[in-house]
Amino acid sequence: MSAAFLNTLEVMANGLMAGVLYALVALGFVLIYKASGIFNYAQGVMALFAALTLVGIMEGQVPFSHLINAVLGTDVHHFGWHLPALVGIVLTIAIMVLFAWFVQQVIFKHLVGQEPIILFMATIGLAYFMEGFGDMMWGSDIKTLNVGLPQGGSFAIEDITRTWAAEGERYYGMYIDNLDMIATMVAAVLVGALVLFSQYTKQGRAMRAVADDHQAALSVGINLNFIWVLVWSLAGFVALVAGIMWGAKSGVQFSLSLIALKALPVLMLGGFTSIPGAIVGGLIIGVGEKLFEFWIGPLVGGATENWFAYVLALLFLVFRPQGLFGEKIIERV
Amino acid sequence: MNEMSSEEGYFTADGRKIGGVLMEMKNITLRFGGVKAITDISFDIREGEIRAIIGPNGAGKSSMLNVISGFYIPQEGEVWYKGAPRPQMKPYEVAQQGIARTFQNIALFEGMTVLDNVMTGRLNHMKTGLFAQALWKGKAEAEEVANREVAEKVIDFLEIQHIRKTPVARLPYGLKKRVELARALAVQPSLLLLDEPMAGMNVEEKEDMSRFILDVNDEFGTTIALIEHDMGVVMDLSDRVVVMDYGKKIGDGTPDEVRNNQDVIDAYLGVAHD
Repeated sequence: MSAAFLNTLEVMANGLMAGVLYALVALGFVLIYKASGIFNYAQGVMALFAALTLVGIMEGQVPFSHLINAVLGTDVHHFGWHLPALVGIVLTIAIMVLFAWFVQQVIFKHLVGQEPIILFMATIGLAYFMEGFGDMMWGSDIKTLNVGLPQGGSFAIEDITRTWAAEGERYYGMYIDNLDMIATMVAAVLVGALVLFSQYTKQGRAMRAVADDHQAALSVGINLNFIWVLVWSLAGFVALVAGIMWGAKSGVQFSLSLIALKALPVLMLGGFTSIPGAIVGGLIIGVGEKLFEFWIGPLVGGATENWFAYVLALLFLVFRPQGLFGEKIIERV
Repeated sequence: MNEMSSEEGYFTADGRKIGGVLMEMKNITLRFGGVKAITDISFDIREGEIRAIIGPNGAGKSSMLNVISGFYIPQEGEVWYKGAPRPQMKPYEVAQQGIARTFQNIALFEGMTVLDNVMTGRLNHMKTGLFAQALWKGKAEAEEVANREVAEKVIDFLEIQHIRKTPVARLPYGLKKRVELARALAVQPSLLLLDEPMAGMNVEEKEDMSRFILDVNDEFGTTIALIEHDMGVVMDLSDRVVVMDYGKKIGDGTPDEVRNNQDVIDAYLGVAHD
């Protein structure tokens, strides 16, 4: 194989793995949108909040320490423990479930049946509240998240791919990030689990039913409130996974909440209501933007990754507004 | 109809045995702000009977059905179910007690197939754990198969096999009504509430629906309470009829008794349009 072909392959592989991370964020949106018709602007902040909480718990940070110190004149910062990642993750999941319950009881329970735009505005409020709350609780400094995932490139893949090049080519092997590979596997397992859950379990069926018609769901004995708490919990869990992957890659910082913006074009492509759509949309955007940068980028001065996804999404909005996998917009006239 | 007051029930004209009281509404009053939708109404529904609530538009029939199914909570009065007063409940809790219903404007899961819709009626009959269900093994599989059998039986019964896998959104109105009935039947309810099951149907569809309602009652012994304003249909179908007008009860008895009740004639038949 020629070096140019191998380079293209490498770009595609990296694109696929970046796409998986986009898909992870998009998945959280789809879950909530499907079950409640709420476009959850706070999904990115949820990922940030989950990652902050995980780091805080693992490092034994005292929550609200600045507030406590300012009010009481004390000087507490750390409990002085370091918890293993698994314990931290379990505790963080518990907190995200609590958060889901809180959001449902305090906000969305009172907004049932409201216009989508009102629900959307509520999630914007929620996003800013959470950002401030996360800041107050855990501080605003950049934190490193170390849950024991391997960092750096994979030497094994570099060694193997080096032998693929044709004789005489100057080729040094592919650079594939270990973390990206793990993120891909985790995302695959997560998606598989979510699909099994929504297709084959009682709660999954109930979730789809609630998404479709509230009245009908009530009439067959489904507790709407419970289902919504469940959905927000699931979205919280997906946010945690996304937060771990992005946090491990580039540190837990407040710009993490902006990954929500990267999920938007993914949703336009995949459709807001389709779990497979979120995955495929993420992959297309991941690969698309990397290949575009690789081929076209040098001709136009680079930095195409910043806008490629949005332009693609725009094209989709014009020609196929329901996305690749979204439910068909059928209107009876 | 003096035997109606006995606890053992009564025999209908066509010889069916009607049992004891399944549900009793005691002095129900329902207000929306200053408007009284229902004023001090009492009646009972007995096991195995087809009970109709009729009345002109705006009489409060649908409100009454919504009280029974828990969608509305009356300000006064008690709902007795299976011999005990029912505490205040959410609609989904009422449904879990075995009271299934259909809606006047049809509430189906439009994105799902007919079979999936009917299967949602089985949700409360699923007991196995989450993980067993996701992996579909052992007990969960046996349970799924059993529930599926009930669903298929109902589908057979209502003659909608040919559209089992069709998304509901694609079906015509009459069939949607039938699918909604199928979902309610899949619950295997103790009490089946039908809100205007014949509304908007043509004559042929009405006849089909009447036949299905009679067959359901006959075959499964299901107690049925239905609302309808097509008088002809109601008189043929039901064992006993409650007549409402302006939120008040103005008549209660067999179709014949109701037909000869002067108040009913004045309020309702007097303005009948066909």
